[in-house]
Amino acid sequence: MRTSARVFFLGGLMSYRALFTWLSPWILIPTFMVGPIFQILFFAYVGRSAGVGNDSFFLIGNAVQYAAIPCLFAMGNSIGGERYEHTLGLILVSPARRVPLFLGRALPVIVNGFVVSLFALTVGALVLGVSLPLSVLPLLVIVLAVSAFACTGLGLVTAGIALRVRETAVVSNVIFGLLLIFCGVNAPLSSLPRWMAVVANWLPLTHGIAAARKIAAGATFTDVGRTVAVEAGVGIMYLIIGLVLLRIFEVESRRHATLELG
Amino acid sequence: MGVWSAVATTAATSLQGERRQGTLELLVASPTPLPLIVVPITLSMAAIGLYSLVATLLWGRFAFGIKVSLLHPLAFAVACVVTALSVSVLGFVLAVTAVRYRSAWALGTALELPIWLICGFLVPLSILPHWVRPLSWLIPTTWGVSAVKRAALGGMPWRDIAICLVVAAVYAAIGTLLAGRLVDSARTNATLSLI
Repeated sequence: MRTSARVFFLGGLMSYRALFTWLSPWILIPTFMVGPIFQILFFAYVGRSAGVGNDSFFLIGNAVQYAAIPCLFAMGNSIGGERYEHTLGLILVSPARRVPLFLGRALPVIVNGFVVSLFALTVGALVLGVSLPLSVLPLLVIVLAVSAFACTGLGLVTAGIALRVRETAVVSNVIFGLLLIFCGVNAPLSSLPRWMAVVANWLPLTHGIAAARKIAAGATFTDVGRTVAVEAGVGIMYLIIGLVLLRIFEVESRRHATLELG
Repeated sequence: MGVWSAVATTAATSLQGERRQGTLELLVASPTPLPLIVVPITLSMAAIGLYSLVATLLWGRFAFGIKVSLLHPLAFAVACVVTALSVSVLGFVLAVTAVRYRSAWALGTALELPIWLICGFLVPLSILPHWVRPLSWLIPTTWGVSAVKRAALGGMPWRDIAICLVVAAVYAAIGTLLAGRLVDSARTNATLSLI
């Protein structure tokens, strides 16, 4: 138990710190601070230009969705990077239990995604002049955290895929684009084709964004509790799929000797 | 937008990729001037990005039934090519910064959305804050996008095409000077092979 806790906390922290090409301020500021603000501004101005939605709609949608950058990329890179540096084999031959090993790598990513969303929401609101009552902030913080958790679940799936394919960044980019289109970030689900709305219900962030918008409009936790629970449920579902994929592809990569192919 | 997306990140990461493979020193040491090596790379990326223009027009036509009628087809074709050229020159300036600065690849990602926003791709410059407009005018792509729209919808595209070419030429000159300075600096500080 103690060993698993060490693998979970220390292993996860060390793995996150090893993403040092990301953690330089020269990378971190453009990626996690400039990027989300301009995504919010871009879509808010597109909305203003087209005369649809309002700034609050685009602010919340894009602030929550931008958590996908760390949640997908950092999670995928934490496995893909180990593979690239040829340290993945060393980890996988160790007797460490896989669940704490991989979930430990997810924990710092969840925190990262949450902080990015919170930053984007705060600064985006200031830049666009959207006023969010202080009373809604605690609930919004909970929703942002749950959304970051759910998206990291999907990130774990990409991490599993990283054991099978080499270009994890491409996979993460495609998924990021799909989330942008499907999750009601910049267009209400009601305006999407029926099949897209059905798919969206099974994606992370969809319910988180919906809950955050309701909270900003004055809803209480009782009003959005079910939506937040569904978001968490979707995250758990992807987390389990990710762990299963990691297991399957680990066995496969041993069988086909593909683990070290960079 | 597709052309800029194709160029922004890939141009900024292209020389970092050479650095990772250990071939950047060979490129810099070769007698061919660095700009003549980098510009064809960014130009090819912009040409690939033109595919997205064609795909979007076809997608819009057949998936959404959007009929695009071009008022000046010749000017439209020229404007598209000139805009792609201007984007490749911007990519060139981004790419050469990676010779000296290892983290410069993040610039491409960071600039993707700002350029979309201030160059008038989807958002008219008239609704942006006044202080943004002079910044927009300093970017050749703004004039290219304006020319594409005027060629398609009506207006005088040739003036914008000419301005786009002139501003792009200024960027090419800046990029060339920058390349020389940054290569000298990288040699002086022995940072070329640092990953």
